[in-house]
Amino acid sequence: MKTVRLTIDKKVVEVQAGKTILDAARIAGIHIPTLCHHPDLCVAGNCRVCVVEQVGVRTLQASCAVPVADGMEIITNSAKVQQARRHILELLLSEHRSDCVNCYKNNHCELQDLAAKYIFTPVTLIPLPALQHYTIDSSSPSIIKDDSKCIRCQRCVRTCTQLQHVTALTVSHKGHEQKISTFMDKLLNDVVCTNCGQCVNRCPTGALTERNYIQEVWDALLDPNTHVVVQTAPAVRVALGEELGFDVGERVTGKMVSALKTLGFDSVLDTDFTADLTIMEEGTELLTRLKAVLTEKADAGTLLPMTTSCSPGWIKFIEHKFPDYLTNVSSCKSPQQMFGALAKTYYARKRKLNPAKIVSVSIMPCTAKKYEADRPEMRSSGFKDVDYVLTTRELARMIKMAGIDFMSLPDQEHDSLMGESSGAAVIFGATGGVMEAALRTAYELVTGREVPFANLDIKPVRGMEGVREANITIEGCLPEWSFLEGVELKLAVAHGLTNAWEVMQAVKQGKAEFHFIEVMACPGGCLGGGGQPIPTNSEIRLKRAQAIYEEDAGKHIRKSHENPEVLALYKDFLEAPMSHKSHELLHTYYIERHCN
Amino acid sequence: MTNTSTVRKTDLIFGRSLDTLTLLRNAMQRDKDGLIQELIDSGLRGRGGAGFPTGLKWKFAKGAPGNEKYIICNADEGEPGTFKDRVILEKAADKVFAGMGLCGWLTGATKGFIYLRNEYIWMRNHILAQMNDMNEAFRQMKLDFSIGLKMGSGAYVCGEETALIESMESKRGEPRNKPPFPAIAGYEDKPTVVNNVETWVYALLISYIGADVFAAYGTEQSTGSKLFSVSGDTPKPGVYELEMGMKLSDFVAEFGDGDTKAVQVGGASGFCVPRRKFDQVIIGFEGIPTGGSMMLFNSHRSMYHVLHNFLEFFMEESCGQCTPCRVGCQQLLLGIEAVKSKTKPAQYLDTLMEFTETMRLASKCGLGQSVGNAFNSIVNEFYEEMIY
Ligand SMILES: Cc1cc2nc3c(=O)[nH]c(=O)nc-3n(C[C@H](O)[C@H](O)[C@H](O)COP(=O)(O)O)c2cc1C
Ligand code: SF4
Ligand code: SF4
Ligand code: SF4
Ligand code: SF4
Ligand code: FES
Repeated sequence: MKTVRLTIDKKVVEVQAGKTILDAARIAGIHIPTLCHHPDLCVAGNCRVCVVEQVGVRTLQASCAVPVADGMEIITNSAKVQQARRHILELLLSEHRSDCVNCYKNNHCELQDLAAKYIFTPVTLIPLPALQHYTIDSSSPSIIKDDSKCIRCQRCVRTCTQLQHVTALTVSHKGHEQKISTFMDKLLNDVVCTNCGQCVNRCPTGALTERNYIQEVWDALLDPNTHVVVQTAPAVRVALGEELGFDVGERVTGKMVSALKTLGFDSVLDTDFTADLTIMEEGTELLTRLKAVLTEKADAGTLLPMTTSCSPGWIKFIEHKFPDYLTNVSSCKSPQQMFGALAKTYYARKRKLNPAKIVSVSIMPCTAKKYEADRPEMRSSGFKDVDYVLTTRELARMIKMAGIDFMSLPDQEHDSLMGESSGAAVIFGATGGVMEAALRTAYELVTGREVPFANLDIKPVRGMEGVREANITIEGCLPEWSFLEGVELKLAVAHGLTNAWEVMQAVKQGKAEFHFIEVMACPGGCLGGGGQPIPTNSEIRLKRAQAIYEEDAGKHIRKSHENPEVLALYKDFLEAPMSHKSHELLHTYYIERHCN
Repeated sequence: MTNTSTVRKTDLIFGRSLDTLTLLRNAMQRDKDGLIQELIDSGLRGRGGAGFPTGLKWKFAKGAPGNEKYIICNADEGEPGTFKDRVILEKAADKVFAGMGLCGWLTGATKGFIYLRNEYIWMRNHILAQMNDMNEAFRQMKLDFSIGLKMGSGAYVCGEETALIESMESKRGEPRNKPPFPAIAGYEDKPTVVNNVETWVYALLISYIGADVFAAYGTEQSTGSKLFSVSGDTPKPGVYELEMGMKLSDFVAEFGDGDTKAVQVGGASGFCVPRRKFDQVIIGFEGIPTGGSMMLFNSHRSMYHVLHNFLEFFMEESCGQCTPCRVGCQQLLLGIEAVKSKTKPAQYLDTLMEFTETMRLASKCGLGQSVGNAFNSIVNEFYEEMIY
């Protein structure tokens, strides 16, 4: 690899050709402020906060956008640079409704951080007239868009287009009217938006935030007449710590449970439990579909490939973009919604509680889960199955609000009945995890033997490649599964909706044939969800993934079908996977939605 | 006032002593590198405003790897006070297209486009006819090159070459980050030569008359002649081909109405020169260059209103992507209004001039970088008019 030598602030730096000045500065340990730059996204070069001086060049250079060249002399802190940087921040602030103390992003805002660092004299610029008549779009159950806080960095636009292939957000108008807009300026809830929250995860300011349900949850907790149950999604436990003083990648499962109990939840249960249940249902569904196609010669196209259904961002995406493939989506509800349906039926019955008095809360790495909980289909218990969805970030806020010293909390276990889980459930939080969990169970069901991978770690489906494909040949089937003997199962895993789009496009054009496709809307899977701690980047996602696989490895039960509470649930209540009762409570249907 | 003008009028562009196709055929007899060197020696610099040496640009594109390359004629002509490209396209479009063909032959590009300002749509049929004739002539000459027409979107910024390319690719007309420059990665990320309408004609002519004859006109840094669009308070507005490097005082003597108080050289993105400096200013790269726009203002004009108009123009025509330009333009406009209405002290103008320095240094493209030209020259030269 060709390298390039340059100097930055008199320091000689040697880096790979093709890197930017900003990359080189970071390698050399020299800090340059940025706003529009994001490591997950293509270069924009529009905020101009990162400008530096290049000796011999007439204008300043945007360090995030200019590639290094041999012999470049860069100065990052000259008087010119300092003045330009301060001016640019002053200009941004004159366009910005800076009421930090009232702002949801107070203390979590990149603009605020830069202002704190670089602005030390009062700004004399005139606040722009547009600030006097702004509107806040709060139509979406997941996301709030406040243009008066927007600095036009276009990170959200790039996220929605580049990573998610949705383009719900675009740049409209020019000049002083330029803004971030939706199709025809409609409300966010009325356009093709998957509620994935990836834009929220990358917005540097308070312009895009999750719709929070913190007050609603406090109200429920403080109401003596309710019984508040909470479920915790697999990916939360490997990221919550980041908001509360722990290093990236530290697992805080036990402290999270303690904190929830301290907050006053009556029962702290686990979405992992219903993740195991999902595997039982979805695995059985896959085998049923395979059987129909292989032995009954059913119409293969509508049954296979089967895709997973646990990511609500993915569900909304396919409803908008590939409505012809809705029969291919597993009819299983997501673990969150399975949990919700059981909380107000099975759990209520077992605990002898009036389901009307149960408030069901979930802690999710995801903003799309808020939308999912609001879907009218999600009322199988006769009530709203999940009442409130909080993101990892919202939970961290509640913990701070309550004055809990998270660091020194003791570890506690989830409560029982719907709190036990296997390692297979934990890995739902990482891309490839549902696939791996399903294989651990389905393979064993069909052959009576464990999957042929050391320690049950199915490495081929792990990793961070955008699309991963794997084939597994089934051999030595038990008699009732003989139709699968010698069948080579073709599997695909995609994360991030652009990758999902590519896989579906290949399927649609007949370029690829799969039996089973796992799709997670967010890069890295749920661990990179739109409700997870900010910032996000590939390194952070990798550390969270490592933590997830450690959690799995440390579990004494590693396979969903060995979860004793799940087995009890079938015995006492559901009877069998795909039973009538299961269908009633655990399965759902999808709706074709408009495409713009 | 007696006319003591020393402004020299020339007639290269519209002159019809030479047949366009003969010019092209002759040029294509020559050695390619020799012809590019001739262009470099002629000192021809782009006539669209930025003034990049044309021969050098073509040399880069010729040397750029790959066999898919593009030639683009920038006919977006949006600079306030400029209308010379329109006249060229009306009267000498064949020379423009032949110049593009020549560049195609030299660089190995096989496809060209003319990007026509949306407001010129009334010329469309005329241009298509001329273009088809030329495409036919290329075919007969066995020159593997053809030209297509793309209509602009009505935004001034789309005249900036990389925004123009984005717009041609059906994206938002926003300038790109540079490098890479279009000669290396332009349309469809392939090597692309973008030149102004006028530049194509001169390049073709130089291939025939030679560098020496061309460079005999003008001055050392500003060789040749160019078209000027003369407007404002003048008895004879219009398009004139004049030798480069004239003194502004000579220009005013020729075109002024006897009461000229200031000349805006180079349109809204250019500089304003007050009467007392007419004598010191040369129109050309050693003084103040222009893409052609020359606006004369007499003593009845309020320079505050002139500046106000320019700033409104920039505030609306900025693409809006980068901070210094998007917000800067609005602040400058609000700022002069505030000073005028006494809600800000006069010294606020100095603060604003500091901000134009940041706009010049840190904006992404030429639009934001040059707003300070008009702002600072008008504010400095007509300080009282800004305040009272
Ligand atoms: C805001 C802006 C507008 C421009 N508009 C035009 C235009 O209308 N026509 C033009 O030829 N060049 C225009 N330019 C200059 C082009 O970017 C480019 O330099 C030119 O087309 C190159 O051709 P030339 O070298 O022949 O001048 C503009 C530049 C900027 C920054
Ligand atoms: S977005 Fe940031 S700078 Fe703006 S008000 Fe909120 S915290 Fe303050
Ligand atoms: S939530 Fe997802 S789909 Fe919706 S605008 Fe944001 S990135 Fe796009
Ligand atoms: S909404 Fe946020 S991410 Fe999008 S442009 Fe505005 S500040 Fe940037
Ligand atoms: S300087 Fe102005 S026109 Fe140019 S890129 Fe920036 S905002 Fe757009
Ligand atoms: S961070 Fe480089 S221009 Fe925004």
